[in-house]
Amino acid sequence: MDKQQFMNGVKDCVPTLLGYLSIGFAAGIIEKTAGLSIAEIALLSTLVYAGSAQFIFAGMITASSTAAGIVATIFFVNLRHLLMSAALSPYFRKLSPVKNMLIGSLLTDETFGVASNQAASENKIHPSWMHGLNVTAYLNWILANVAGAVFGQWITDPEGFGLDFALPAMFIGLLALQMVSRKKYAVDITVGISAAIVGVGCGLLFSSSIAIIAATLSAATIGSVIEKWK
Amino acid sequence: MEITWSVFVVIVGAALVTFVPRVLPLMVLSRFELPAWAMRWLGHIPIAVMAALVGQELLGGGGSFNITRNVDLLAGILTFFVAVKTRSLLLTVLFGVICALVLRFVMI
Repeated sequence: MDKQQFMNGVKDCVPTLLGYLSIGFAAGIIEKTAGLSIAEIALLSTLVYAGSAQFIFAGMITASSTAAGIVATIFFVNLRHLLMSAALSPYFRKLSPVKNMLIGSLLTDETFGVASNQAASENKIHPSWMHGLNVTAYLNWILANVAGAVFGQWITDPEGFGLDFALPAMFIGLLALQMVSRKKYAVDITVGISAAIVGVGCGLLFSSSIAIIAATLSAATIGSVIEKWK
Repeated sequence: MEITWSVFVVIVGAALVTFVPRVLPLMVLSRFELPAWAMRWLGHIPIAVMAALVGQELLGGGGSFNITRNVDLLAGILTFFVAVKTRSLLLTVLFGVICALVLRFVMI
């Protein structure tokens, strides 16, 4: 473990903390409202560690869905991680499978975004840096969920104060910075616009998680085809 | 403060189906030298995922375009330019939150 790299990973996680603090806090409130105990909320955010999955968990537990139904839905919602995990794999070729498992187990939209930015600007990702990023995001998430469950009853409007915009702002920032450091503007802008159109369009017909997967698959294919032609 | 058995079972099930897609490609694909076309394809994943997430956040998966969404869209466009200009993720997030707060106050 390289301490300096680990601390750099912690530092690079800081800009994402606000977005996930507010969404985790909201998740904690909803989980509490769904009737989960604080211990269950802590366990849920520790073991599952995925925003969309936890919102669905809370929603379906209240709707008294079957255990199999909840688990199957969460499986589909988190399938996009397959693509993100695959996209990071070339950067961890020298690591053992167990170390790759540790890195993958804490993979989220945000850590993937920050790691991809690191890869785009440095052309490599140090494993210790990745651990620093992962652990910071993980602890922040658990803390935010428990805080939401404990203090949520006193907050009347958790989405207020513009804080709910921290998450979209973070994704926008990750997207923009990625484009700036890759410097493949024409193809990246085409990929980005295609993904947004397919994502929003499919979102009208299917669930948003399927839409994200469809958008990613088609936009990445469009990008590869354009790059091949040039 | 206790954990119900039935909730525990669902949590463990959800954890397993979340864990596998996260770790499997990293564990398997990192052992191979991928062909050039696959690397090229994977290289487009970050932009594609982030743009799809941004699209859904700003234009909504639900598909209803109301005034709040338009405010968010405007805030989103301004935030994008701040990100390009500052090249700082932290400043981008802070600007986005303040921008959304002000625009909502002024426009709604």
